[in-house]
Amino acid sequence: MPNPKSAYSIPTKAGKSDTHIIVVWVDNEAGVLARVVGLFSGRGYNIESLAVAEIDAIKNISRITIVTTGTPQVIDQIKLQLKKLVPVHKVADFKREDKKVIFKEMALLKIVGNKKKINYCLKSCKLFNPVILDKSNKSVVIQITALRREIDKMSKKLKSQGLVSTSRTGAIAMTRGSEIFK
Amino acid sequence: MSKLFTGAEIVFKCLEDQSVEFIFGYPGGAVLPIYDELKNHSSIKHILVRHEQGAGHAAEGYARSSGKPGVVLVTSGPGATNVVTALTDAYMDSVPLVCISGQVPTHLIGTDAFQECDTTGITRPCTKHNWLVKDIKDLSKVMHEAFRVATTGRPGPVLVDIPKDIQFAKSNYSKPKIEKKLNGKAMNKFSHNEIDQLIKLISKAKKPVVYTGGGVINSGPKASDTLKEFVRLIGFPITSTLQGLGAFPGDDNQFIGMLGMHGTYEANNAMHDCDLLINVGARFDDRITGKIDEFSPKSKKVHIDIDPSSINKIIKVDLAIVGDVNEVLKSVIKRINKRKNGLKTSNKQNISKWWEQIEKWRSKNSLGFINSEETIKPQHAVQRLYELTKNQDTYITTEVGQHQMWAAQHYKFNKPNRWMTSGGLGTMGYGLPAAVGVQIAHPDKLVIDIAGEASVLMTMQEMSTAVQYNLPIKIFVLNNQYMGMVRQWQELLHEKNYSESYSEALPDFVKLAEAYGCKGIKVNKPDELDSKIKEMIDYNGPVIFDCQVDPNENCFPMIPSGKPHNQMILGPNDEKDNKITGKGKTLV
Repeated sequence: MPNPKSAYSIPTKAGKSDTHIIVVWVDNEAGVLARVVGLFSGRGYNIESLAVAEIDAIKNISRITIVTTGTPQVIDQIKLQLKKLVPVHKVADFKREDKKVIFKEMALLKIVGNKKKINYCLKSCKLFNPVILDKSNKSVVIQITALRREIDKMSKKLKSQGLVSTSRTGAIAMTRGSEIFK
Repeated sequence: MSKLFTGAEIVFKCLEDQSVEFIFGYPGGAVLPIYDELKNHSSIKHILVRHEQGAGHAAEGYARSSGKPGVVLVTSGPGATNVVTALTDAYMDSVPLVCISGQVPTHLIGTDAFQECDTTGITRPCTKHNWLVKDIKDLSKVMHEAFRVATTGRPGPVLVDIPKDIQFAKSNYSKPKIEKKLNGKAMNKFSHNEIDQLIKLISKAKKPVVYTGGGVINSGPKASDTLKEFVRLIGFPITSTLQGLGAFPGDDNQFIGMLGMHGTYEANNAMHDCDLLINVGARFDDRITGKIDEFSPKSKKVHIDIDPSSINKIIKVDLAIVGDVNEVLKSVIKRINKRKNGLKTSNKQNISKWWEQIEKWRSKNSLGFINSEETIKPQHAVQRLYELTKNQDTYITTEVGQHQMWAAQHYKFNKPNRWMTSGGLGTMGYGLPAAVGVQIAHPDKLVIDIAGEASVLMTMQEMSTAVQYNLPIKIFVLNNQYMGMVRQWQELLHEKNYSESYSEALPDFVKLAEAYGCKGIKVNKPDELDSKIKEMIDYNGPVIFDCQVDPNENCFPMIPSGKPHNQMILGPNDEKDNKITGKGKTLV
């Protein structure tokens, strides 16, 4: 029941939310990440994951990849508001389901346990390009690259098999084929 | 090797190259090198305010009334935090401001030094962009960029934070790059196709309305001329937001008054029933739209705006034209005139029935009020002020509240840049310092702050500034002893529980005026009003005019919260015709 005593109008029904990946090219300068993140928090948009690093050291360009959910109207606003920021060069966005775009997350998994457990874990990770980064008698650190939900599943599955620590990046994205983001 | 300049010198060289004439500011430890340099630059005059918020609002008044960016100079820490309200206000109302703030020396940043604060962090969400200059080599570039960002596209405030050691450090100076006009982001990207679509909609419309906003004012006085030409050409009714008043003459028959929460009956009903809505430089603010789901349900909507992020933000539109209002309207006019298919005449016939309907609404006289011989009605006071000042070019600022709405309803503006009010942020205390800024920009014009007694006390200290610079601003206080708009909401929505909205101990405004060294005038009888207003206008100096009005008057018409445009509450005149019963009131 809307509150009739408000000086503001009541909220209208929100549309259906979709998950989008938004890629932003920015000048790599002090405070630029705060500007982008502050825009999201200030306007009430949510950030599911965030990945950022410099990609062009000569031109000082960083690429920020943000996974967010919102109605089409909100996603449009996010893009338009981002484009208004002075250090932002361009903004691309696509839906998570988009077949033309690859997106990946990386995770480091530390397994502590006996050989049997470690081998079980390595086998389970097989589908996700496992790389053994460190190995000792009782432990192993495995790097995997996969989709977010796959990593979610893996860390759940391996909990009982000696997974003691997980570290993961946010999603990063790249178009398939010869096309690039516009 | 070219000559080296200190940071402080570079700041002034930039200001000179940007043709800055006035700075509004307040000195302090971290900006002393810049203040020291002031004496060497005679073309730039510094206006010393009494509080940094006042500097910000004065710069806003200066900018809004002159079309030039306002420049503010404050110190670090409290100086910067005090100006935040004004920056946010300017951001909401798209006023170009360049704020220069001092900062503690670079080696002390992050150490919780005396008068240190994270200025760029604090002002990031309330500026278009801000810079912390950590290298003297960047200073001239950043300063020029600051003016560019503040004044291009949708204007707004920017801030440049300069640590004290940078103000002393030396470097070369570089002149601003001469750039093509309308460069950068969000400029004229509209196509002929879009213009043709608009013309098609215009020629087909039977119940059209043009809804204009502050964007027309920001586009410059030429945009107002173009708008007039456009609206007269197509013969459509035109309404305006609070910020857009003055873009189209307020006493013109095609103008159907302000729209929105306290807009006229005819404007809001036209918005609700129209079949074509042309938004020119407005942003579908929630005070305008009312209930979104029922906002103008039957219309095709067109939105002309320079800021792409304003489009589809609140209301989905059928045709969006991104560009400068003046440029867009000019090309529309051009194309209409090119096609000699009789659009001009046939279209006016198409909408003649619509005009009849609007006249019916207009005959309700929704701004009417029951005048009194005993007490001064605030609406009457504003009407008398208008009648007695309309023969000269008058600039009006306001504070925020009932008086602001009455000023917007009853004072008619015929030219742009004559109306300065805090619309988006709704900052009480805006009007007095804004009047200072307006008077600085227009020393020979009549500048009046239509104020409320609660608002004006928030920045009353700026009277001292007005006296110092001989600024003959007139503070026209509609004194009802209440925070009137709060009281009105409490009456209508909170069972007349007037919680903390009455000011028990108000100052004697006449004595207060005298204490500041200006003139105080008090009036409480309707029959003395005219002569006292004349006395105020004729006095060559700042005046505080204490107009004691009916404390229980409410501002009507009004769209209650969560209601569409066609469910307005009209004033007491209408109440008799059963429009709102007791039951209706509790439903508000």
